[in-house]
Amino acid sequence: MSRDTLSRPEPLARRAPDGARPARRGSRTEARNARAAAGFVLPFLALFALCFLAPIVYAVYQSLHKTERTGPLGLGGQEHEAFAGLANYTHALTDDQFLAGFGRVLLFGAVQVPLMIVLATALALLLESASARGIPFFRSAFFLPYGVPGVIASILWGFLYVPGISPLVKIAQSVGWDVDFLARGTVLWSIANIVTWQFTGYNMLVLIAQLKSVPEELYEAARIDGANAWQVARHVKLPLIRPALVLTGVFSIIGTLQLFAEPKVLRPLASSIDSGFTPNLHAYSEAFVGNNQHVAAAEAVLLALVACAASFVFLRLVGGRGKERG
Amino acid sequence: MTRPPVRYRIITASLLTVAALYFLTPVYWLIVSSTKSSADLFGTFGFWFSGHPRPLGNLTDVLTYDHGVYARWFANSLLYAGIGAVCATLLSAAAGYALAKFPFRGREAVFNTVLAGVLVPGTALALPLYFLFSSMGLANTYWAVLVPSMVSPFGVYLCRIYAAAAVPDSLLEAARIDGAGEARIFGRLGLRLMTPALVTVFLFQFVHIWNNYFLPLVMLSDSRLYPIQLGLTSWIGFSDRKPVLYQYTVGGAFLSVVPLMVLMLVLQRYWRTGLTEGSVKA
Repeated sequence: MSRDTLSRPEPLARRAPDGARPARRGSRTEARNARAAAGFVLPFLALFALCFLAPIVYAVYQSLHKTERTGPLGLGGQEHEAFAGLANYTHALTDDQFLAGFGRVLLFGAVQVPLMIVLATALALLLESASARGIPFFRSAFFLPYGVPGVIASILWGFLYVPGISPLVKIAQSVGWDVDFLARGTVLWSIANIVTWQFTGYNMLVLIAQLKSVPEELYEAARIDGANAWQVARHVKLPLIRPALVLTGVFSIIGTLQLFAEPKVLRPLASSIDSGFTPNLHAYSEAFVGNNQHVAAAEAVLLALVACAASFVFLRLVGGRGKERG
Repeated sequence: MTRPPVRYRIITASLLTVAALYFLTPVYWLIVSSTKSSADLFGTFGFWFSGHPRPLGNLTDVLTYDHGVYARWFANSLLYAGIGAVCATLLSAAAGYALAKFPFRGREAVFNTVLAGVLVPGTALALPLYFLFSSMGLANTYWAVLVPSMVSPFGVYLCRIYAAAAVPDSLLEAARIDGAGEARIFGRLGLRLMTPALVTVFLFQFVHIWNNYFLPLVMLSDSRLYPIQLGLTSWIGFSDRKPVLYQYTVGGAFLSVVPLMVLMLVLQRYWRTGLTEGSVKA
């Protein structure tokens, strides 16, 4: 019954038996409860406040201020913070490079996330329906890239993309295909390939876990009713792994918006990757190259807002139809 | 059950093989290339060994270059990921346990705030966190990476769900009647009953910290504090001027990937159970 809690946290409160029940155990127990709970929760909450809440507050504060310098031509002299209103946001939102970066990750997400999830689902279903020999090998092979950090994966694939070193390019050229993985039009998809390579196996494992939690009799029943392998997959398995699909979808969307390591590592190799290739790269350059903390803060806030909005919209879109099975 | 027809089995096997080739080719390239010198890296075909492979020589070079800085980076990565993940697991366990087992006012508000934290992109936080930490004088220290690594909202979420299902109230009541204090009950009963969830939280957080690039990149400027990823990108950055660093980067990448991949494969079943923690048999 609780298979889909991961994607739909709301019912939790109702389910947690001890919490939802109105407490009639007297105020002494209540006070004792509160004291004990505080002891357990506060250490986490203190760090959560420091590392999650404080930076958000600080970012919002910084994004609404600017550094002003007194003195001739604004050079030298004293620095002080002054209220800037929404100037930093206007600056960010009228920066073509920043907006282009946003457009790029949204396009990336619209193509790469569905592609990866379809691939992960296909592999999960194939592994679940294949006859037993070799399955552990294949499962491990698909999952292995998850153990390769994004930076290393990008270095690796970078060597496989650069003309002159890449054996892939050599093979392509030997069959007459002049391919450039790092050209302006292709580099985004070369990055998409790195991300897909890394995370497909992981998402596949999530889906397999969900498939395994379904009682075998259900599949048997469908087969006895005359369903073939394809029909079982389409009409029995797919609906059952929906919660896991939603989960992988949300995390993939959040991950896509944060795209950073891959373009950062590939940048020296590909002139088509500029300092604002993704919103994150842009904010990073603003902060450390342009030395403009306030605009960087505004961009970080915008990025967080878009990520929250995107995952919220996604959950709404897919969550609405899942409600009937509660 | 009847076995599916041969035709289906062949199609399935070929599709799986093609996928395996895709996922393993870069790993194979890494293994082959870690035995090559810089010259061979550029001069020989990438998918096959060069005439004079030097696997051990390369690894020694990587480990001894620049007074063994690679070993230091490796130790740093272990420190960040190990200590960070242990602390994150314990903090999540305590918080999740309390959120599941103690009804107190504001509980749902706390939980919902933590849940929102799951959805906030980590890198959007990293820059403001850097500004904050540098104003506190914490930037460019071990703490700058360690402290944020100890916080896992997702861990709290998993622990709460798991504790709600796996820690029976009757057991806690019995322990209380026996006179045990809350801390002792948590340490003796709670942690033990929550162990499967804790392993999962630990693994998640360990890999998350180990793979994290943005946070150390913005926080650290002293290369002695770098984790491996940051160190390797700094080598790549210098390799234009010093081509032997290409070879060291590849060797270093190989060395750093091996332990994590072994960990992945050995602990595969924990990933499986962990990710469906929502489906513990309640």
